[in-house]
Formats: sequence, structure tokens, C-alpha cells
Amino acid sequence: MSALLEIRHLKVQIAQQTICTDLNIAVQPGQCWAVLGVNGAGKTTLLHTLAGLRPAQSGEILIQQRPLTAYSRRELAQQLGMLFQEIQDPFPSTVLETTLMGRHPYTKSWQWETAEDYRIASEALTHVGMHHLTERQINTLSGGERQRLAVATLLTQTPRLFLLDEPTNHLDLQYQHLILKLFNQYAEAHGCAVVMILHDINLAATYCDQAVLLFRDKEPECGPSEELLTEPHLSELYSYQIRKIAGPDNRSIFVAL
Amino acid sequence: MRPVQHSTLYKRPIIVLIFLACLAPASILLALNMGSVPINIADWLQIFDAADQSRPLDMILQLRLPRTLSAFITGGLLALAGVLMQVLLRNPLADPYILGISGGAAVAALLAMLAGLSGYGLTGSAFLGALLSMFLVFSIAHGQGAWTPTRLLLTGVVIAAGWGAIISFILSISPARNLHSMLFWLMGDLSYSPSPTAGAVILLLALVGSGYYAKSLNILARSELTAESLGIAVGHLRIKIYLLASIITASAVTTAGSIAFVGLITPHLLRLSGVHDHRFLIPAAVLLGGVILVLADAVARTWLAPQQLPVGVITALIGVPLFLYLMHKSAHNL
Repeated sequence: MSALLEIRHLKVQIAQQTICTDLNIAVQPGQCWAVLGVNGAGKTTLLHTLAGLRPAQSGEILIQQRPLTAYSRRELAQQLGMLFQEIQDPFPSTVLETTLMGRHPYTKSWQWETAEDYRIASEALTHVGMHHLTERQINTLSGGERQRLAVATLLTQTPRLFLLDEPTNHLDLQYQHLILKLFNQYAEAHGCAVVMILHDINLAATYCDQAVLLFRDKEPECGPSEELLTEPHLSELYSYQIRKIAGPDNRSIFVAL
Repeated sequence: MRPVQHSTLYKRPIIVLIFLACLAPASILLALNMGSVPINIADWLQIFDAADQSRPLDMILQLRLPRTLSAFITGGLLALAGVLMQVLLRNPLADPYILGISGGAAVAALLAMLAGLSGYGLTGSAFLGALLSMFLVFSIAHGQGAWTPTRLLLTGVVIAAGWGAIISFILSISPARNLHSMLFWLMGDLSYSPSPTAGAVILLLALVGSGYYAKSLNILARSELTAESLGIAVGHLRIKIYLLASIITASAVTTAGSIAFVGLITPHLLRLSGVHDHRFLIPAAVLLGGVILVLADAVARTWLAPQQLPVGVITALIGVPLFLYLMHKSAHNL
């Protein structure tokens, strides 16, 4: 199986801060990666670099064996989709209109959305529990509903690689698990991969099999979650004492002391 | 799962579009009838009577028809430029004049009036002034590479303020005999407008041009990052939209001076009536902008006749209460 996303010797800097100088990662289909780190460690910058929204200082990013820079924006949008942190809507629009924007990479300038586009969009809205809100104005939605709408738009885009910047933002407990489970199952069923920034270690441990830890002053570490999500690693990462305790069903729970 | 269909999504915009398509010719006919010499049905029927050589209608049509068509085209251009500017700056307060294009045109037009130019000399210099301002804002905002909406907006607003100062300066040193026509030009006036043909060609080209980008504009209006990640080359698109909107504004200003409010409220009136998709919003804005200006100009011609008013005064007088009423009525749509 070939990697969906391969990062070779990646160097990323923002302002005067170096986020990584030699990052090497291969994201395989079906995998779910967590990106963890303190505020300002460069999690979003790294994700934006992977999405081709800002240039890397050096190194290579390959999407399905092909350099990221060789893709046109439109081709890239068919392979790679990103969920952003802040969601703005200066102009009115309805939930369904917004969701259908996810089909943009597949429709030409003078083309209208097809019945198939509608089917994909309404399926995505059903997945996030918003199918009853299709006609609603987006500025009447709550924060959590907006976040779920953004997830539905991303699912409508049907990329193979999902980059999620804090997907659990604004979501209540039920939807945090529902949305992450959704991405897990979707990745497995469609041979997709997910890379997501999370702040909750327990969510990362539950839903992500791989992890990247971004430290503020040293090179990132990456590898399988069970090797990286340990007391010493995490305590160092967050500069805060973190304990791993036994929970129900053979699961461990991380607690900040 | 409730199936979603095209019809539910497009019903409202299509109704609005059909309504406006009927309203446009109706407003033009109404405007042709308004004036010091009223036209009755017998006069209209006279068109079909080839034997009748007297034809008082001809004269009226030769005077009123070009002006009414100019009003329609200028209104359409302004509303289209308003839609584009609002998306470009991702700001609901944006109007065609916000980036100083009208200021540049006004300074050039006033200088031309001082020099005693009129007709094509006047419109030509106004157009050149608009283009000068457009390139000035573009190159300064583009300067260091980062071409964000905020940077563009600030550059445009500051340059517009600069033009404003120069306009005041010219007005204060101009001889009294020039002031009346200068003020009319500044407030927007259709009485000096040249033949509507050039404007019509520009409006059609602009409609096709912006129609081509309509689908991308829907996404650009939301967020630049989202647009980029959905496959839009945002940098290139924004430059194209800027140039398109500027040229549209320049031709509108050249035809009729800076007419207030049409470019700002027309897009919002349509958004308030449920037209969000730019594939509908763009043609609907052209029609509605045209209708508003045709009616406003008819009122400006006839209200205090024989005294003519600048049409910009009427658009603001009608536009302000209408807009406030609609916004009050549908608090959740904007």
C-alpha cells in the first residue's frame, strides 16, 4: 500500500520560530494521526504547510507519490481537504448552499450541481445530524452547529486526505465523539487518512493510532500513539504533570494533576 | 432522510429573477411616460402608423429613451460593481466607490470642467482619472506581496480621502459659474451622459466575465482559506475581480458621476430577499440596479420640473428608508 501523504526532510518556519527542521512522516490509508502540542508550537502552521497554503522552507511533501507543488489547486482540492479553526460568514447563506460548496472542485464554471452532488451533500448533512436544518440561515446556527456544518462541507468535498484543525471545537461531548468516530469509520471504509490537531489527549488516544508531538524548542517526535502518549513524553510536551491511570474496559485515562 | 432537491434551493432566486426581468421593461416604459409632455396610448400606437409623418413621439423618445437606457445601464453597472467589491473586500459595507475610483474620476472631471472641456473631453478625462486611481491603489496595496482585503481596503479608503481633499480644494478655488455643474457631477447626474451603447457593451462583457467566476465568488465570500482549500487560486481571482470591478465602476462613474447608494444597497436588497448564490445574485443585481436608477432618474427629472435634481439625491432619499425597513423586517437574514 502506498502512502497518501509522505513528508521528507520537511523544514517549516514561521516568523523567527522553527517548527521542524527534518520531519519525516508517511501517512498510510486508513490511518488517523493526532498532532499535539502547546499553544504556539506551530500545529496550525504545519497543517497549512501540508495543505499547500504556505510554502515549506525545504523538504518535500508528496500527495499520493506526487509532489504537492505539482498539483493545481483544483486537483489538490480533489485529494486533500481541510477543516479550519475559525469560521466566518459575512454574507447570508443557507446550510444546504454552504454544504454544496464542497463540490466546487468537481464542477466547472458554468456547471450546476448534479443530483449526485445533492445526494453527497445531504448524506454528509445526515452524518453530522443536520439534515433537518438544510434551509436554515447559517448565521442563526450555534457554534457547535456551525462546526458540524463545516465538517459536512468537508465530507461533501470527498478528499482522500483530511487535515482537521481542532475538529472538536465548540462541540458538546456527544458530538466530539460522534464526529471523530465518523472520521475514523470514513477513513477505514474509503481508504482515506486523517491528520488532526487535538488538545484532548484522551480523544487522541482513543481515535488516533499515530501521533506527532510538536515541542516548542526541539524537533517533533512521531510514531504510534501507544509509544508516544506516555506520562514522561506528555508531561514534557505540555510542561505540566500528566498521569496515566487505569480506566474501565482496559483503557487508560490521562489526567492533568 | 428527507431528499434534497434543486427546486427547494433555487425556487426563491428564480422567482426573484423572473419578477425583476418583468419589472425592468415595465420601469423603462414608465420612465418614458414620465415628463413634462405626457405620452398617451394614442401616441404609442403612432409608432406603428407609418403614414403619420408628424410623430411628436419621436422627439420625446430621442430625448428620453437614451437617458432612460443610460440610467438602466449605469444602475446595472453600479450594482454589479457593488456585488464584486463586497466579495473582494469580504465586507458588507463595501460599495463601488470605496476604493477611491470615483474620487479619481471626480478630480479629473472637475479639472476638465475648469479647463472648459465638455462632452467626450469630460467623460474621457473622468475615465482616465478612474483608471489612474485604480492602478494607484492596486500598486500600493500590492507593494510587499501580501494582498489582504484589509490592506486593500485601507489603501483604497486612504486614497479616496486624498481625492476628497483635492475635490474640496478644486471646489473652493473654482469660479462660481462652474460650481453648479460640478456639484451635479459629484452628486451623480445623468443629464450629460453620452450615448448608452458603450455602457451597454461594457455591461454585457462584465456580466459574462463575472458570471464565469460566480461559483468561485460564493466561496471567496466566505473565507480565503476555505476558497484556497476548495481549489480556487485566490490570489489570481482577487486581482481579476479587482480589475473587473474597477473597470465597471469607472464606466459607471464616467457616464453619470458618483451616484450614491445603488451599488451598496442593491446586493443587500437581493440577499435579504433570499438570493445568496452569485449565479443568481449577479444577473439579479444588474436588473434591480437598473430598475432603481431608471425610476430614481424619472423622479429626478419630473419631481420639481422644470428644475432637475441630481439623481444621486433621489437614490439616497428612496434607498435609505427602503433599506432600513427591509433590514428591520428580516433581522435574521443579514
